[in-house]
Amino acid sequence: MRWIAVWNRNFLVWRKLFIASVLSNLADPLILLFGLGYGLGALLPSVAGMSYISFFAAGTLCSATMFTASFESMFSGFSRMHGQKTWDAILYAPLTIDDVVAGEIVWAASKAWLSGATIFAVAVAFGLAASPVVVLALPVAFLVGIAFAAIGLIMTVLAKNWDFFSFYMTLIMTPMTMISGVFFPAEQLPRPVLGVAQALPLYHGIELVRPLVAGAWPTHAPLHIAVLLAYAAAGYAIALKFARRRFTA
Amino acid sequence: MSALRARALRKRYGDLEVVSGIDLDVAPGECFGLLGPNGAGKTTTLRLCLGLTYPDAGDIELLGEPVPARAREARGRVGVVPQFDNLDPDFTVAENLRVYGRYFGMSRAAVAARVPELLEFAGLAGRADARINMLSGGMKRRLTLARALINDPQLLVMDEPTTGLDPQARHLIWERLRRLTQEGKTLVLTTHFMEEAERLCHRLAIMDRGRLIAAGSPRALIAEHIEPQVVEVHGSGLDRWLEDARRLAPRVERAGDTAFVYAADAAPLIGTLRERHELSYLHRPASLEDVFLKLTGRDLRD
Repeated sequence: MRWIAVWNRNFLVWRKLFIASVLSNLADPLILLFGLGYGLGALLPSVAGMSYISFFAAGTLCSATMFTASFESMFSGFSRMHGQKTWDAILYAPLTIDDVVAGEIVWAASKAWLSGATIFAVAVAFGLAASPVVVLALPVAFLVGIAFAAIGLIMTVLAKNWDFFSFYMTLIMTPMTMISGVFFPAEQLPRPVLGVAQALPLYHGIELVRPLVAGAWPTHAPLHIAVLLAYAAAGYAIALKFARRRFTA
Repeated sequence: MSALRARALRKRYGDLEVVSGIDLDVAPGECFGLLGPNGAGKTTTLRLCLGLTYPDAGDIELLGEPVPARAREARGRVGVVPQFDNLDPDFTVAENLRVYGRYFGMSRAAVAARVPELLEFAGLAGRADARINMLSGGMKRRLTLARALINDPQLLVMDEPTTGLDPQARHLIWERLRRLTQEGKTLVLTTHFMEEAERLCHRLAIMDRGRLIAAGSPRALIAEHIEPQVVEVHGSGLDRWLEDARRLAPRVERAGDTAFVYAADAAPLIGTLRERHELSYLHRPASLEDVFLKLTGRDLRD
């Protein structure tokens, strides 16, 4: 559990910059949620059996969690690893690169969870959730956070410079957000595109959260959880492999 | 038992063998200096000894622990001052120490108790709440040294502890390092300041191209490798004078317009120079720097 010291270091910095940090993590998704949700929602009577804003809130909960986890593990992580050399300083202590990788992933997931939890709170406060079962969206948000934090950290430990991240952002994250059911039901996509979405983690997060917002039990819940867990575990293992290569070779 | 012991250490990066079969023995309480030009392999050697980089071959024992197998346990009793400061810019001076102590598994109370004395030691007592980017280079270096002491280490590893500092800051660091030696801590440092090595180190090893090429106390190295007197000469007519001088001095080195003339007795050389007003000269005792340049050559290493 030595990795907690790494988590704690990031938490202490976050606490110092609390207001700015929370604001930047929440303003964007909330503006999008209410702007698109009410604006577009007025044109659409209901989507997949729920109001458009409730539908979209479930998607936003997952996509905001994904973006926070990814930004934290990539941009902030790269700054700590490469710019500030904070990882180097940590490694002089009785901590190893394994502890740093674990601490960074759990930290990014924690921060991401907070993004998801705040959207959850807003959704509940505005009556967008149908029943108390929605509370199960909170652990799902953490799982989504872990999966994307782990994948993001692979990019970080492979990166030579900042530009490296734009490939992953532009070529993977943005299209994935479009096809995974954040804005509209993924099922209306052509079959092959839906297949791609189903192979990626965001779709499975949304498949879990959306029924919970609607007050129902997700179908195929074990499958969706398993996919997210698999991405988290594989991401962690791959990030660890490349981190060890980068730091101890 | 050695504080640090390495045998037949090797490390290769691509086609370049950076460390080519090094043996090290540092006794407890000793201040040991690793000298060498840029690119000699000093930093890699330190990283290998700390278990931060894994060797291709060789055995390392740090404070009795095999490295890298039990490097974590060893590092719990070691402090590290890196070549380039990597203080945490998101924290104040005192927060840097507090957060660092947590990496060693120290309790919040244990760290809090230690911070004031470390700030005192680093001459930063009034700066506990200052931000890192408000500190001068010397202050940052002292804070990095204080940070390395948070766990009260038995052994301190320092990579070029005074590079880039002004003389005042350098002397202060030297004074503090002497104090640590008096407290019985073992010091291992790299440097290319010969003055620093001569002042601080009980024993030195000179490293070049991945190998150790000489080792011993500063005095012993000078006595063993070099004539005790040096006359540096430059000016027009140097070549003509050198023809005479070579008969009086066993060894002459030429670097551009300057000749370094080494001799056991410099008096006859000075005699011939008094008559030649076109030549300027400087007569001084031989130093570690002369040994270093003799052994590693005068070519640039960048």
